[in-house]
Amino acid sequence: MPSLPDIMTPDAEALAKAAGKGRRVRLEAGSPEHDLFTGLTRLGDNTLILGHRVSEWCGHAPVLEEDIALANIALDLIGQTQLWLGLAGEIEGHGRSADDLAFLRDAWHFHNVLLVERPNRDFGHTLMRQFLFDAWHQPMLKALEESADDRIADIARKAGKEVAYHLERSADLVIRLGDGTEESHARMQDALDRLWPYAGELFLADEVDVRLAHEGLMPDPASLRPAWDASVAEILAEATLTRPDGDFAHKGGKQGRHTEHLGHLLATMQWLQRAYPGADW
Amino acid sequence: MSSEWPLWEVFIRGQHGLNHRHVGSLHAPDAEMAMNNARDVYTRRNEGVSIWVVKSADITASSPSDKGPMFEPSNSKVYRHPTFYDIPDEVGHM
Repeated sequence: MPSLPDIMTPDAEALAKAAGKGRRVRLEAGSPEHDLFTGLTRLGDNTLILGHRVSEWCGHAPVLEEDIALANIALDLIGQTQLWLGLAGEIEGHGRSADDLAFLRDAWHFHNVLLVERPNRDFGHTLMRQFLFDAWHQPMLKALEESADDRIADIARKAGKEVAYHLERSADLVIRLGDGTEESHARMQDALDRLWPYAGELFLADEVDVRLAHEGLMPDPASLRPAWDASVAEILAEATLTRPDGDFAHKGGKQGRHTEHLGHLLATMQWLQRAYPGADW
Repeated sequence: MSSEWPLWEVFIRGQHGLNHRHVGSLHAPDAEMAMNNARDVYTRRNEGVSIWVVKSADITASSPSDKGPMFEPSNSKVYRHPTFYDIPDEVGHM
């Protein structure tokens, strides 16, 4: 057996370089390719990180049926990640695959919103995070179906069918648990209060979003807010939960500034490729 | 927890034109969640185009101890099988 690289190799990107691909992104900031690459990694990193988080429930969910349902959703999200990051690598043009982007970038090159890296905590918390995300994800994909880039529209159509079910399920469970027992209600309200400040980032635009929207490639994030507000208000009302006051939003994830939770998540998710670069099976 | 949820029997139609077939059972608090759970547990590999869920408690089953009186009498009724006809070759498969 060939000797394996040292597990202490500190830098995932150095591994990528050693593998002869994954040279640092040299797309010029502000160029159309860089904008599109960034927009696609935002989509793909959201689904990747949330998919990984949801997969952490595998074997631990409260009942068998929920365990399988959560694993299905995680797999849907990882599948969507392959499409988004695959296209991102294609746009970048340096030969990086979806796997390279998933396993050989460090935290500051991830562009997911902070919401999806929040820890699972309890089952209710996981479902509330899923619901807040799904209620954005569905209208986002609907809008992406109208993208000027057919490749984006195709992925959005495929993912949209899966996400319609994710939303139906997470909304249903938020209602059941919110309007359930005293304890389940308290836990769902607590989850909502904790996660609320992380929802607003979904609708904040930076200059990349503005240019992508101008080109008709992706929607203006703010344009999705009314639909999200309406569906969230409807479900929370039915769930007898109170929408928190204020719209303060933690931000920075889309630009690569993350909470400490992402580093821990990546340490688990990327461990194998860091310890055994290029391992395949 | 799951023991408090009733048991549901799941039937799936694999293709248009075929019958629903019993594929297994699961626990769920009500029909809507039983349907969602059935979708997640039993159609992950594109097995179906239609799902039925029925509360197990609503199914009336024959008792195993009645097997003799229920089924054995038909064993000796060979005349109920249409095997006494000669079918001309031209008819082909019936």
